[in-house]
Amino acid sequence: MHPAFSVIFFTVASGAGFGLFSLLFIADTFKLGGGFSQDQLVAGGLMAMGLVVFGLLSSTFHLANPKNAWRAFSRFRTSWLSREGVFAMVFMPLALIYLASIMFDAPGWLRETSGFLTAVLAWITVFSTGMIYACLKTIRQWNTPLVPANYLALGYASGSLLLLLGAVIAGLDTTPYIAMSALIVSIAAVLKAIYYFWIRSPGLSPTINTATGLTRAGVKLLDTGHTHGTFLTQEFGFKLARKKAGLLKLLVFVIGFGVPGLMLVWVFNQQGGQLAAVVAAVAGLAGAAMERWLFFAEARHVVNLYHGAQRC
Amino acid sequence: MRLGLVIDLDVCVGCHACAIACKEWNASGTIGPLSDYQPYGAEPSGVWFNRIRHFEMDEYPNNKTINFPMSCNHCEDADCVTVCPTGASYKRAEDGIVLVDQDKCMGCNYCSWACPYGARELDRSSGTMKKCTLCVDRIYDQNLPVEERQPSCVLTCPAHARMFGDFDDPDSAVSRVVRERGGYGLMPELNYNPTNQYLPPRRKPVIEIDTQPKGGLKESIKQFANRLVRR
Repeated sequence: MHPAFSVIFFTVASGAGFGLFSLLFIADTFKLGGGFSQDQLVAGGLMAMGLVVFGLLSSTFHLANPKNAWRAFSRFRTSWLSREGVFAMVFMPLALIYLASIMFDAPGWLRETSGFLTAVLAWITVFSTGMIYACLKTIRQWNTPLVPANYLALGYASGSLLLLLGAVIAGLDTTPYIAMSALIVSIAAVLKAIYYFWIRSPGLSPTINTATGLTRAGVKLLDTGHTHGTFLTQEFGFKLARKKAGLLKLLVFVIGFGVPGLMLVWVFNQQGGQLAAVVAAVAGLAGAAMERWLFFAEARHVVNLYHGAQRC
Repeated sequence: MRLGLVIDLDVCVGCHACAIACKEWNASGTIGPLSDYQPYGAEPSGVWFNRIRHFEMDEYPNNKTINFPMSCNHCEDADCVTVCPTGASYKRAEDGIVLVDQDKCMGCNYCSWACPYGARELDRSSGTMKKCTLCVDRIYDQNLPVEERQPSCVLTCPAHARMFGDFDDPDSAVSRVVRERGGYGLMPELNYNPTNQYLPPRRKPVIEIDTQPKGGLKESIKQFANRLVRR
């Protein structure tokens, strides 16, 4: 699949934003490390919402006809893309209610209820983002429950690293934030490792024989029938050398999970100060962006069977 | 009604006339235009509803070239319709034709991802997804003579490799020929239930290619003598 930059930026930014917001609610509820002040909570919440909004806006850049984008909310009953949009739109006012109840000292039940609902909606929205890809039977590498699990884990991992940065800047006791980050980042790393292991085996995928129905003998492509590229070759023809993919996977683990893990130790040992927390957050986001690029680059759509692939 | 095409792989000669006729009709049809990019340039490309690929089956001497026209299969379980977030993609209840409402499409490409057959192509000039309409603006046209109320590709095929009809009617020509020739849909394991059916190439008698007798000493001397004489 062609890795579109706008979609990569959208999924990474909105995932981190939704993750940050839900973890901010947890940090507020349990007053982790002494608890953020009102202003700090509101600033963090607005930053998380900013990430989500920027992500959503950038996702409209890959539309060829954005004037009809508003119609994307209309097929909630069948389309995961539509569901994602609707959930993200419901998230916004709820998140604002939560932040307002923090700012204006609203009664505890309102603050807790709106915060909890916002966190749940954030979770559901990121799950829907993953399901956009996981529901496609045409792409073996995407059609697995590990995809929404990876989206959630990575979104929350980058959110937790951003939250840790906030805790360091606010001068809170960082121990609970380090523990939370360490746990979520390791879960994300393990889930990603399982995913990479899983997509290595071809499984029961369509072949050139079932694609053409010519199952009595071997089949090979003689000619694609077009002179130059088509929409199909541009959109689905992206190829990534296996060696390069392996190197990138290693980089995902080193930059996306290894460096943040090391930085967590530094922050815990009071080394490096704010810089260590900044490096952790930036590396986490960069790793997530690389992972997302690979997620697209490695996906092989079955239409490639009509362009010469023997199996997908 | 469940309208669709039958494509006879035994008969198709791979001339691309169906694709040309399709482009000709639909460029000015209800979904048109079908934009071309650099049609006379170095990298010609464009939107087509119908594409013909060429495959080779088996090894020499049993090999056979299979010309393989593909357009929208108008699937019974069309995921391209399910995943569409705007409602632009729809399947008509009355005849099963899958269409894209050009006024609603936002050009997100998601339906093309859901289609295993590569039937959907984005038109860069309009920013909308386009696909085979089964010539819906032809097959119901009362102003045309009855025998011309068929998709453009079917009418033009010089080899009569394409048929159009109703698969819900067990006595229709398409239903009968699929029954008799063992017609099949593509990639059945994905459960899209494609309406279009392909007729497999008939089995041909195997041609013996090594019929020459092995020879022996007598034959070798004869051949040697023949070569000498020719000199």
